[in-house]
Amino acid sequence: MNLEQWFYSLPLRLRSFFHPNQADEEMKEELHAHLEQQINENIAKGMSAEEARRSAMRAMGGLTQIEQQCRDARGGSVLQDFIQDLRYGFRQLLRSPGLSAMAILCLTLCIGANAAVFSWVEGILFRPYPLVAHQERLFAVSATVQGEGGLDELSWPDFLDLRRNCTLCDDSFVTSITGSTLNIGDHAEVTTGSIVSANYFDAIGVHPILGRGFEADEDVGEGSHPVVVISYQMWRNRFKGDREIIGKRQRLNNVPHTIIGVAPEGFYGTFVGRAMEFWVPVSMEGIFRSGGYKLEDRGARWVESYVRLRPGVSRAQAQQQISAIAARLQKEYPVTNRGRGIGIWPLWQTPFNHARTMGPTLEVMVVVVAFVLLIACANVSNLLLVRSFVRRHEMSVRLAIGASRGRLLKQLLTEGLILAALGTAGGSLIAYCCRHLLVMLLPEGRAMYLPGAIDDRVMAMSAGICLVVTLIIGLVPAFETRHLDLAGPLKAESGSVVGVRSRGWMRSGLVIFQVCLSFILLVGAALLLESLQRIRHANPGFSTSVAVTGVSVVAADYDVPRAKTFQNELIDRLSGLPGIESATFAAVTPLGYMSFASSPIEVDGDQPAPNEQLEVEYNQVGPGYLATLGIPLLSGREFARSDDENAALVAIVNRTMMMRYWGGQDPIGRRLQVKGRWARVVGVAADSKYESMDETPKSFFYVPLPQDFVREPDLYISTTQPLQSTLAAVLREVHVLDQNLALYEMITLQEQVNRATSPQLVAVTLVSTLGGLALLLAAVGLYGVMSYAVAQSTRELGLRMALGAGAANLLRLVISRGLRLTTGGVLFGAVAALALTRLLGQLLYNVSPHDPVVFGLAVAVMTTTAIFACLLPAWRASRTDPARVLRA
Amino acid sequence: MSKPSDLVQGTLDMLILKILALQPSNGWAISQRLKQISSDVLGVSDGSIYPALHKLEHCGWIRAQWKSSENNRRAKLYSLTPLGRKQLEHETANWNRVSAAISGIVQLKEA
Repeated sequence: MNLEQWFYSLPLRLRSFFHPNQADEEMKEELHAHLEQQINENIAKGMSAEEARRSAMRAMGGLTQIEQQCRDARGGSVLQDFIQDLRYGFRQLLRSPGLSAMAILCLTLCIGANAAVFSWVEGILFRPYPLVAHQERLFAVSATVQGEGGLDELSWPDFLDLRRNCTLCDDSFVTSITGSTLNIGDHAEVTTGSIVSANYFDAIGVHPILGRGFEADEDVGEGSHPVVVISYQMWRNRFKGDREIIGKRQRLNNVPHTIIGVAPEGFYGTFVGRAMEFWVPVSMEGIFRSGGYKLEDRGARWVESYVRLRPGVSRAQAQQQISAIAARLQKEYPVTNRGRGIGIWPLWQTPFNHARTMGPTLEVMVVVVAFVLLIACANVSNLLLVRSFVRRHEMSVRLAIGASRGRLLKQLLTEGLILAALGTAGGSLIAYCCRHLLVMLLPEGRAMYLPGAIDDRVMAMSAGICLVVTLIIGLVPAFETRHLDLAGPLKAESGSVVGVRSRGWMRSGLVIFQVCLSFILLVGAALLLESLQRIRHANPGFSTSVAVTGVSVVAADYDVPRAKTFQNELIDRLSGLPGIESATFAAVTPLGYMSFASSPIEVDGDQPAPNEQLEVEYNQVGPGYLATLGIPLLSGREFARSDDENAALVAIVNRTMMMRYWGGQDPIGRRLQVKGRWARVVGVAADSKYESMDETPKSFFYVPLPQDFVREPDLYISTTQPLQSTLAAVLREVHVLDQNLALYEMITLQEQVNRATSPQLVAVTLVSTLGGLALLLAAVGLYGVMSYAVAQSTRELGLRMALGAGAANLLRLVISRGLRLTTGGVLFGAVAALALTRLLGQLLYNVSPHDPVVFGLAVAVMTTTAIFACLLPAWRASRTDPARVLRA
Repeated sequence: MSKPSDLVQGTLDMLILKILALQPSNGWAISQRLKQISSDVLGVSDGSIYPALHKLEHCGWIRAQWKSSENNRRAKLYSLTPLGRKQLEHETANWNRVSAAISGIVQLKEA
């Protein structure tokens, strides 16, 4: 139809759609007018009234058919057909409510799982920052370190150089996470906020609803701009939505800050995993992070930043330019920047927030839920197949009275659409309920913020899934009815066994498919479980019973000398307590969020390759650190109280570093250059885990805390007492020294290990849940097929029984048929799993993706489940009454 | 949809268009006219023009209006649209071509 034709026909189509009755009435009126005129004509010709009517009707042809043909000729019938199909479909579903409920439940769960995972992927990886403009052009920036280090943060001067020179970037901004104690009235609360560059709010396109964002000069000058923008939540909850808040003062880390703005509702900052509550300019950095003011130090790396590329600029182009900038910086500042590059990463690979930790889990989840969806489709198809077999009589009748095959197909697709749409609706609801689920699965969950986003893209994805599901579950039964011949089913129901067998391959195929997929999921879940067990019980190289906490001296405004005195006094007091074996401080906790300091090093007698940056991470630790954490000292001595800022510089290296830089020879007494100063090696410590449980042994060294001081290190206590009493004891001692100090959360290092491995825990929980669901679906599928086969072949079973087969034989017969299907599925599944489990890669710790024990276990579980699924049909088969069946 | 079997598909449409090109008519008049000019040869039942009329209307070739007739009865009066006129010309040309070809073949003398 061309446009001109639509011009005439559209009003008609609309009318026949919206007022079908009116159109119908008029059509009837027209036909009757015709009849009447013909009758009058006939009477005029001299016929009797009765004769005239009969003759007119005859000339007309069948009135009802003509009416129907007129209706068909009218447009709008596609929609009317559809509505008719919908009504009919609903009636069909209601006719077998159990089956329909089963199918809808199945689809709801699986589409829900898909929608939830997509909403997490969207909300955590792709569009993690609500209200932030143009997230698709945002890239995270980090330093890349040649050699062992991998990724690191930037320094502020490096960032400024990057911002000045990157012409392909629209904007670049800094946003480093920090904590703060917030003094409200007489109590203090810990909150999370960001240290941001002054252009932050402009760069992300978020405008405060009250007050203003930061001004350009607020980046500059140590501690000279005590201003803060607070979050909407903080404004509502802590300041009761005070509209006069701007200009008021709030103490943050004991420094009064002027509140200059309130962020809009629904803005949570730019850190995956936490909702930010306040933002301060970088000039205030010294107040919020231990280690003092770092804005002028090119070697102090703490800057977490993003760039937004200009429209149309690819990541590769930008990376090229940024690498060139980094290369220039290397030449200009060899002392701090040798071997350091700058890399940009898409948001889902952001190195410094939870996107990177959740990423691999979510990737695996996308595959897993797709599998579960396929299983569900197979299952529902199977259920519908069984029903379509029952309905073949109805189908034949419809074909016989003139329905086209296309019309039947439309009908089947409509029924599929009803199921899929209901499932999608339910699934979206599930996804909505599950959007905060990830946080609940994480051990440190409460403080975290990892919401899924149910946005238009997720909805589009769900709609797409709905369509695919519709096609699959609609077409499979249609495929079965394509050979439907008119005569066969209309004859008496024969109930022959042969007929069942010839149609059975499709159902069997679907069951094998389901078993295959759920076997793969089982293997995946078992591998992850095994991996979690191993990683949780792996030896991190330190004692996991050690308690760790911190004291809020920065918030209490301690300067460096006061902090040093306080640390020594506290250790002395704690060491005297019963039950406490030893106590010490260290700058950074292993496996924690904070990254270790790192430094370019030089070693006597070791010539680095020209381009190689010998950058090694280190920790600043107090006396007795190794003993307290139970890290074996392989050679030499530990640090002592006497290794202070006035003494000669010393260092302890780990075993890997000894092997690498001193060729395995005892390095005691040799020299090591750290940050341009020479220190003497006094000890060798055993290797342990530093940043993650699955890292390979790497070079690492320790320096005494007083020689590279931080004001607020973590406190480690080796104790035999339970955590609660240790906490009470430490708090008491801290308060003896200073009533104003507070203790941070106290946890054991085992808890630290657990938190560091929480992505694995999430993966295990989710994959096991879905694996269980898949197993259940496969069992239901197998049960359905076996039940159906048994119900259809009662004659054959009766015959066998009449010929002397016992109940046990029949039981065995049915179960072995079920097991044959299962074995087929497991075989395919095993082959596929061998290829697919490598996808788990990053999530597996010390477990081969082809672990034979795991595969064996999965086979056992699958087989047991299959036997259980076949038991009931088998039992029914064994109860066949030959006399009754054969007579029937 | 069953069509008058011995009528070439589309021919009925063309005939109706032609009749309406002569003058706007209602359904009954069209069927009478059809019988009259074709002397019942076509064997079209009275009713079967209605589905065709509805189809033509939906194609935008004819237009229907309810008009009161002289004895104060409502009757649906069909008339040709400009689009329908074009279609008629097109189909007539087609018909002439095809029928000329066919009659040419039919009139071949047997050897």
